[in-house]
Amino acid sequence: MTGFEDLLRGLAPQVLAALVRRYRDFEAAEDATQEALLAAATHWPVDGVPDRPDAWLIRVASRKLTDQLRSEQASRRRESAVPVSLVAPAADVPIVGDDTLMLLAMCCHPRLTAASQIALTLRAVGGLTTAEIARAFLVPEQTMAQRISRAKQKIKGARFTVPADMRAVLHVLYLIFNEGYTASSGPSLHRVELAREAIRLTRLVHALLPSDGEVAGLLALMLLTDARRPARTLADGSLVPLAAQDRSLWDRSLVSEGLALVRHTLTHARVGVYQVEAAIAAVHAEAASSAETDWAQIVGLYGVLASLDPNPVVTLNLAVAVGMADGPRAGLAVLGQLSGDARMVGNHRLHAVRAHLLEMAGSLTEAHEEYREAARLTTSVPEQRYLRSRAARLG
Amino acid sequence: MKYLIMIYGNPRNWEHPMFLHDPGFLALPPEEREEVARQAEELRREITESGEFVAGVALADPALTKNVRGRDGVPVTTDGPYVESKEQLAGYFVLDCESPERAASIAARFPDARFAAVEVRPIMDMAGQEM
Repeated sequence: MTGFEDLLRGLAPQVLAALVRRYRDFEAAEDATQEALLAAATHWPVDGVPDRPDAWLIRVASRKLTDQLRSEQASRRRESAVPVSLVAPAADVPIVGDDTLMLLAMCCHPRLTAASQIALTLRAVGGLTTAEIARAFLVPEQTMAQRISRAKQKIKGARFTVPADMRAVLHVLYLIFNEGYTASSGPSLHRVELAREAIRLTRLVHALLPSDGEVAGLLALMLLTDARRPARTLADGSLVPLAAQDRSLWDRSLVSEGLALVRHTLTHARVGVYQVEAAIAAVHAEAASSAETDWAQIVGLYGVLASLDPNPVVTLNLAVAVGMADGPRAGLAVLGQLSGDARMVGNHRLHAVRAHLLEMAGSLTEAHEEYREAARLTTSVPEQRYLRSRAARLG
Repeated sequence: MKYLIMIYGNPRNWEHPMFLHDPGFLALPPEEREEVARQAEELRREITESGEFVAGVALADPALTKNVRGRDGVPVTTDGPYVESKEQLAGYFVLDCESPERAASIAARFPDARFAAVEVRPIMDMAGQEM
């Protein structure tokens, strides 16, 4: 049965996309797609899978949708609804790749909030149920249903075209990945699924746009980051910083796939933020330990990142790398650039990095205070536990 | 990010929604009262439709509070709230918002913020980033 489920789940976004392209009504297209999937789940086990399962589903879904539109039109004939005859060419020859990209772009429409973009992407392209998405984000199903239906309303009538660049889509996929990656232990299994789903969707986009360097870069970044999952927490859920991770636990197959992607894309594509982030992750992945890491190269890469996308988080990471390459005082000097930056006020990571550099420099009293301040400001339980334990070691 | 929005109210006229029975509200001219009540209703609809509303609870009269404390290994139960004060916790909302600014701006729009008090506090996450 799982074979059918996987097949249907894989086909669902193509069917939905073909219908949205033709009928421009997201909500109705989704209902019709669901009905077609149900029909397939009852017919295929008995009659066998058709030669072109995608075309079969699109044909059935189109019929359901036109039936529905006709009955709606009949019931409000006096209103000036768009007549069915005005719709685009036949949907039953799927333009698979373009359709999926258009659907993704629509789900990540700039008019939507990040929370809605994420929910709609997981629902429409990922094929997850509303209940599954709600569980992953730890909210009631009703809340998630509202988010999805609000999103659908907002993109009603939006243009359905292949996006000029995939930046918005990649950003949403990265948010989904991070949501899953940061929760890797205990009762958070549903959220871990999100990391896997984000990787699956990014793989899909990469297969459709193999020469897009940023897509490859994001996929590599996800793989290289996810490879560290087994080492980043202990059995009790406490966080292990990168420097202290047991690197023998890193997933070697994810590392080698990520490394191969980075190498290929850096020599073939125009450089971009995700590729540089992936390159930094690659330098870490290639080092046997924190001490043996090529920190000078990481400093250089953060410099590139700062020129592509200057922001305080990059400066923060640069300060850590400079601290490792040229000593803690040099790192603290970089951190000085952020003092007075309104975007960093109340940011616990700024204090955590300062604490770390002060500890390296031997200023233990100040380091202790900074760890405590960072612990006070974070809203994450495992981060707070980690920062308190660092402070306690110095107290 | 999830936030707890705590609504405080005057314990003398305990009836939900609390602000409708606050002396400050009752002192307003009728058309202003109507407007405040309408805005409160609109806020409720807005946070539900936006998918930010996660949970909401209205608490019973503080007089029904049982205060439980351990004394020499023996739990001692007394009636009434732990702290007698002009304002008591009347209920709370859990919201899932994009930013602390958004959570604060929603909190400021509860009428109780005007007549009594509303507090916003971040809810801690069980997930974390490696340092």
